[in-house]
Formats: sequence, structure tokens, C-alpha cells
Amino acid sequence: MIPREFEYHAPTTIPDALGLLKQFGDEAKLLAGGHSLLPMMKLRFAQPGHLIDLGGIRELKGIREEGGALRIGAMTTENELIWSKLLQDKCPLLVEGARLISDPEVRYKGTIGGDISHGDPGNDHPALMLVLGASFVLKASTGERVVPAEGFFVGSFATLLQPGEIMTEIRIPVPAPGTGYCYSKLKRKVGDFATAAAAVTLRMKGETVQEVAIALTNVGASVLRARAAEDSLRGKAMNDASIAEAARLAMRICDPAADQRGDAEYKTAMAGEMTQRALRTARSRATR
Amino acid sequence: MAKKHAVSFKLNGKAVDVVVEPRELLIHSLREKLQHTGPHIGCETSHCGACTVDLNGMSVKSCTVLTVQCQGAEMLTIEGFEQSGALHALQEGFTQEHGLQCGYCTPGMITRAYRLLKENPSPSEEEIRYWMAGNLCRCTGYQNIVKAVQYAAKKMSSPRT
Repeated sequence: MIPREFEYHAPTTIPDALGLLKQFGDEAKLLAGGHSLLPMMKLRFAQPGHLIDLGGIRELKGIREEGGALRIGAMTTENELIWSKLLQDKCPLLVEGARLISDPEVRYKGTIGGDISHGDPGNDHPALMLVLGASFVLKASTGERVVPAEGFFVGSFATLLQPGEIMTEIRIPVPAPGTGYCYSKLKRKVGDFATAAAAVTLRMKGETVQEVAIALTNVGASVLRARAAEDSLRGKAMNDASIAEAARLAMRICDPAADQRGDAEYKTAMAGEMTQRALRTARSRATR
Repeated sequence: MAKKHAVSFKLNGKAVDVVVEPRELLIHSLREKLQHTGPHIGCETSHCGACTVDLNGMSVKSCTVLTVQCQGAEMLTIEGFEQSGALHALQEGFTQEHGLQCGYCTPGMITRAYRLLKENPSPSEEEIRYWMAGNLCRCTGYQNIVKAVQYAAKKMSSPRT
């Protein structure tokens, strides 16, 4: 399987990449790790006339802490996230999530920015970004804007990223010490997308839920924020009954597409189960 | 036809050049232009790992990398493991522990295990299974593949006699 013909460009700076994007317009696609785009090109689901490879732009890589936020270059790979001491220390949820993405070889190439920009409801970073309150830096030749993860994912393969824009950085407020977290993902095998998955961040005060965020992967046209489930938990003690009720409310917003991973009823039930597991684990990790 | 690109990289320590269309996949350049047929084409969909090569210190599936992306790269394939007639510890391990049956996945397995042991010279069994999970063996020989990697890890970490 070989993609259709295209021209290849390898800019080494962001302005050069933006210039190429402007020059070729609709004909151009940005190449990050290539493990979503190249398979789509082999199958002719994508047929760009020009491929702009971001792999040679150094400033798109790296992880640092600045002003109370973690700043991650969009071309940082999944394995680089996993191996980052800074993330292991300050944002272990991102490490836990990245470890569940695809397989080791793919994680050497797959990038956080590519995963987020692609808009695939099966990708894992969107749910992690929502519960971490992340924001994204989007650069265009006319300037840059910073948009919150909340509201960024508007539908299947649709995000707020506009033609002519490049996602350059992911910003994550450093979670408060003692924040509980979990990404619970059900997949049939290594390398598969989630049948269903749930991301949770949780802050407890004694036995009371102070703050909680829940997001669901691959059970809708895009990532889902389980607001009603969060509201049902906030300000109350967390116990088996309240966890079950939160899962029930999370299941109510699910609208998965049936495929070889299961029918809609099964996937919805698994989203509820993943929500319960993620909440329990997050609670066990949260400082009271 | 799209403009062809001249791409130069180091393959198993030797400088090589190929001229390719941008759409040419690395696995095809290796096998058809450079006569390195050790990396195999299994699934062509980045699932099986039979085409794994070591590219700039990363294990990658060469069916999902474009050759044009490899300008200036350092690459290692299974052909680069044997040195002066002596098998690499991993090749020895796969022989001694019967880490293969049909052998189709083996070049990818060994190349992947090479990078794993560079990053983690004494992995636990669990770590081996987790970090080798991108390589499929359809003879279901995983037990002995794990043993082969453990054999190599042990041999590579022991002082030379």
C-alpha cells in the first residue's frame, strides 16, 4: 500500500512551515508522527498534494515548566512523555495515558500535538487534556491564539484548528499536589483504540469531593465531558452508591458507533465501568 | 510525477544514497533499492512490527516512515548485528532459547529488543513484555522470545571473559 503522489516539504522553522501552509492551502497536510496520516494516505482517505513534515522543527519539541504550567512542544513524542521525569513528578496522569497509547514503536513517532489535532474520537489525549484543563497554542502567519481544550473538539475529526494554523504547544496547569487521577482504558489488544476509556482528576477534602473532572474517549463523535456525573459527585462523600450514580450519568451522554469493538449498548456499559474504575483509582491516589 | 529526492543516510555504518519519490516507504527502499531484505513486510499497516528498524535511536516501523524523512539518519537493520562472523548476543539468545519458529518476525523482534536493552539493560519480564508489545509473533512463541531477550540482557551485562 503506497500513498498517492505528493510533494514533500521539510521546513526547519515554524515561520517556514506557516509559509508553506499558506502557499499550498487546501492541498497541504501537516505531517507529525505520521501514524494516523500515513495509514489514511495509504487507504486514500487522505490525498494531500503537499506534505509538510514538522519533524525537523526543533522548537516544537520539549517539555518544560514555566509560570505554574507545563509547556509541551506539540511534536513531543508519546515515549518522550512517558520518560519525562518532570511529567512523572508533576503530571503522572499524562504518563499513565501515554503508556496506554498504541505500541512502543508507534510511541517513538506518535506525537501529543498530532494526537490532539487529528480530532479522532478514538485518540486518548483529548480526554486527558479536558480533565487537566489544558490549552493549546495555535500559530498562524497572522499571529497566535491560545484556546482551551474545553470546546476545542467539536466533532468527529473536527477541531477549532483552522486551515493555515499549526498547533505548536500544549499548556497544562500543574495539578495541585495531592490531586487524584486515573486513565482507565479498555482495549481489545495492544495497538487498538479504546473500546471505551475514562479520564479523571479528583481533589478531595477529607471524605468530600472538592473538585472532579471526568472525560470519556471513543463513545461519541468526539471526546465527551461528563458534566452531570461531575456535578453529582461534587461537594459530597464518595462511596459505592455515588460512584455508581456518576457512572450512570456518564453513560447517559454516550452515543458510540457500533463497530468490531462492540455494539452501542456494550460500549456504553464499558464507558460506565471505566468511569467507575477511574473514580475509584483516583480516589485511592488523592490526598485527603 | 512528483519530484524525486536524493536521500542519504547511514545504514549499518555505511553511507548510502537512494533516489525516491516522496511517497516511497522506507521498507521498500530498504528491500528493493538497498537489498536489505531482513526487515520484512508483514501487515504494511504499522501493526505487526516485522519491518522494525532502528532509526536515530528509535525503534520504528519502516512501513509507516517515508524514505524522504530519513535524510542524514543513522539506521540499523538486522543485517548490521553480526560483527566479523560473531553473532550479536540477541541473535545468540534467539538461537539458544529457541526464540523463533518460522522466523518471519525475528528481524523485527531482535531490532526492537536491541533498542529496549540500550534503554533498559536489565528489564524485568513485565518490562520486556510491555516494551516488546509492538511486535507480533504468529507462531505464538512469546515465552521463548522473552527468554531470548533475558539471555541477551544477561550476556551483555556480564563482564567479558
